[in-house]
Amino acid sequence: MSVLDPSSGTPLLRIRGLEKAYGQVTVLRGVDLDVAKGEVVTVIGPSGGGKTTLLRCVNFLETYDKGSIRIDGEEVGYQDGPRRAMRSERDLARMRAETGMVFQMFNLFPHLTAAENVMLGLVKVRRKPKAEARAIAEHWLRRVGLAEKLDRLPSELSGGQQQRVGIARAVAMDPKILLLDEITSALDPELVGEVLDVVLQLASEGMTMLVVTHEIGFARDVSNRVVFMADGLIAAAGPPRELFGGAIEVERLRAFLSRFGARV
Amino acid sequence: MGYHLNFNLIWRHFDKLWGGLVLSLELALVSIAIGIAIGLTLAVIHVSGGRIVRALIGAYVEFIRNVPLILLVYLVFYGLPTAVDISYDATTSFVATLSLYAGAYLVEVFRSGLDAVPRGLIDAGKAIGLTPWQRLVHVRLPTMLRITLPALSNTFISLFKDTSVASVIAVPELTYGAQWINFNTFRIAEVYLVVTSMYLATGYAILLALRALERRFVIGR
Amino acid sequence: MLAAILYAIPFLMQGLLTTIVVSLLVVVLSTAIGGLMGIGLVYGPAPVRWLVRGFSDIVRGIPILVLIFFIYYGLPIAGLNLQPFSAAVLALTVFKSAQVIENVRGAIGSIPRGQMDAGKAVGLTFAQRLAYVIAPQAIRRFLPPWINGVTDAVKGSALVSLLGVTDLMHAMQQVIGRTYNALPLYVLGAIIYFVINYGLSALSRMLERRFSYIRE
Ligand SMILES: Nc1ncnc2c1ncn2[C@@H]1O[C@H](COP(=O)(O)OP(=O)(O)OP(=O)(O)O)[C@@H](O)[C@H]1O
Ligand SMILES: [Mg+2]
Repeated sequence: MSVLDPSSGTPLLRIRGLEKAYGQVTVLRGVDLDVAKGEVVTVIGPSGGGKTTLLRCVNFLETYDKGSIRIDGEEVGYQDGPRRAMRSERDLARMRAETGMVFQMFNLFPHLTAAENVMLGLVKVRRKPKAEARAIAEHWLRRVGLAEKLDRLPSELSGGQQQRVGIARAVAMDPKILLLDEITSALDPELVGEVLDVVLQLASEGMTMLVVTHEIGFARDVSNRVVFMADGLIAAAGPPRELFGGAIEVERLRAFLSRFGARV
Repeated sequence: MGYHLNFNLIWRHFDKLWGGLVLSLELALVSIAIGIAIGLTLAVIHVSGGRIVRALIGAYVEFIRNVPLILLVYLVFYGLPTAVDISYDATTSFVATLSLYAGAYLVEVFRSGLDAVPRGLIDAGKAIGLTPWQRLVHVRLPTMLRITLPALSNTFISLFKDTSVASVIAVPELTYGAQWINFNTFRIAEVYLVVTSMYLATGYAILLALRALERRFVIGR
Repeated sequence: MLAAILYAIPFLMQGLLTTIVVSLLVVVLSTAIGGLMGIGLVYGPAPVRWLVRGFSDIVRGIPILVLIFFIYYGLPIAGLNLQPFSAAVLALTVFKSAQVIENVRGAIGSIPRGQMDAGKAVGLTFAQRLAYVIAPQAIRRFLPPWINGVTDAVKGSALVSLLGVTDLMHAMQQVIGRTYNALPLYVLGAIIYFVINYGLSALSRMLERRFSYIRE
C-alpha cells in the first residue's frame, strides 16, 4: 500500500522509517509520511496507536530511535551526517520555532496574559520589539475571536478561549507547519465548534497542518488526506472520500470507523 | 598534608561513642513521646477552645519555633534555676527542653492534620449521629494520625539530630562523646569522621524503619 | 536588673551585627549554590542528579553542630586551615544549600510538564524556558519556604558561638560571665532572635497567602 504523498516535488515534512520505543514498549514501528506545503493531513486511529508520539517527535519533544524526520530538507533533532549526534539546544530551539504546536491540555503559561502568552516567543525567539510583538499578538487574538480578552490571565478564560489562545500562540510565530494534537478533546462539547472553526479558517488560508483528531466529521471536512494509524504503523491513508467511503479495504479501519457510526 | 589518619585511639574509646549514641536515641524517644502528648493535647484544645486559649497556644508555638534551640537549652538549664527554686541535672533539663521544643512543632503538625481530614468523612460521621466529641475521637483523630505519620517520622529524625545540642551542657550523648575523645586523644578528624558516619547510619536506619511502619499502616487501613 | 540590661545592650548589638552578617552571607551563598545544584537535580544528566541527591541526603542527615565541628576540625587534615568565622559560614552554607536544593526541587516539581513542552514548542532555548516559563511560576512556590528557611540560618548561626565567634549568642554568654545575671539576659537574647525570625516567618506566611490567591 502506498502511503506516500501523491503530489510531486519535495514535501515540506518528510518522515521515513520512524521508530520509537519507551523502554521495552515499541510505540512507532517504521512510520513513513509526507506532508506537502499547504496540505492538511489528519491522523486518526485507536487510542495508544502512537499519534501523539508521532507529533511530539516531529517537534522533537521526544527523541526518536531510528529513521528520519525532515522539515524543508533539514533533519529534526539530529545533526546531518552519519553519526546520530543531537543538535545543540540553540539549534533545536530555532527548528522548533519553525513548527507550531497546539496541545490537548492547552499548556498556556498561567502567569502570563493571553497577549503575553503569544508575545513570549515573538520577543524572546524572534527578537521582535515589544510593540511589534504586541501588534502581532493583537492581530492573531482578534483573528481567533479574542479581541476582548487580550489582557486576561488563562485562569480567567474558558477552555475554548484558552485553546484559541494556544492556537494564536502557535500561528503567531509564522510556522512552516502547524501540529495539532486532539486540541478539542479536553473541551466541553459546546466549545468544540468555536475552536474547530478557527482551524478550518487557517486551513482555507493555506496553512500546512498535521492534525491528530478524534472528530471524524472534522477530519472529513478539513483534510486533503487522512492517515489511519494503529499499533505504531500507518495502516491506511488516502483522501477523505476514499478512506471514509469504503474504497480502502482495511479491516482495522473498518472496525474503527464503525464505532463512530461513519458510513463505510 | 603530613597528617595520617589513625583510628586506633578512637576504637579504644569507642564505648564512649556507643554509649553516647544510645543516650542520643533515648533522649529523642522520650522527647518525642512527651512532645506528642503536648502536641496532641494542645491541638485538640486549639480546635475546640476559645480565642484566648488559642492565642496562648500560638504564643508558645511561635516562641519556641523562632528561638535557637541552643538558647532554649541554656535558658532552661542555666537561666531558670536562678529565678525559681528548682534544681535538675543536665539530662533532665535537656529532655524537658527538647520535649517542649518537639511539642511546639507537633501542635502545628496535628493541627494541620485535623484540618486535612476530608469533609465527607466528617459529614458521614454526622450522618450516623455522632456527637462532635465522638467525631473527634472516632473520625478525625484516627484519620489525622494516618495523615501525619510521615511528618511524625521526620520530626523524630530531626529530634535525633537535635540531641547533639545537649553536648553544650555536658550531657554525655554522641557529640559530647566525640568532644571527650577529642580533648583526650586529639584525634580530632578521625573522631568527627566516625561520629558523622554514626549519625548518618543511625538516621538512615530510623528512616527506613519508620517508612516501613508507615507503609504497614497505610496498607492495613 | 535594669542596670544589667543597659550594660549588656551595646555588647549584644555588636554580637547581633555578627549574627546578621553570618546569616546574610550564608543565605546569599547557599541560594546561589543550592539554586544551581537544585536545577542540576531536576534537569541535569544522571551523574549530576546522583551527585546532588547524594550531597543533599548526606548533609541533611548530619546535625548542624556536628557539621560545624567537622568542617572546623576536620578540614585542616585536608590542608585547609579555616578561621572560626570562615569555617562557621562554610558549614552553615553547606547545610543551607541542601535545604535550598530541596526548595528548588519542590518548586519546579509543582509545575506541569506541559509547560516545558509549550516553551520548547515556541522555540525557547533551555535557559530561556527556565527564565521566562519555569522561574516565574516556580518562584511562587519557592519563596515562602525559602524565606522560612532563612530563619534556620539565623537560628543555626547561634551555634557558631561554640567556635568562639562573637555573635549574639556568644555576646550573651560573655556578659553573663561578667554579671552573673543569666535569666534576664537569656530572655532578652531570646526576644531579639524571636523578633527577627517571627518577622521572617510572618513574611513567608504573607507571601504564601498572596500566591495561593493568585494561583486560583
Ligand atoms: N512517556 C511515555 N512513557 C512510556 N510509554 C509511553 C509514553 N508516552 C506514551 N507511551 C505509550 O506509547 C503508546 C502510544 O501513545 P500515544 O500517546 O502516542 O498514543 P495516541 O495514539 O496518541 O493515543 P490517544 O488517542 O489515546 O491519545 C501508548 O501505549 C502509551 O502507553
Ligand atoms: Mg494522544
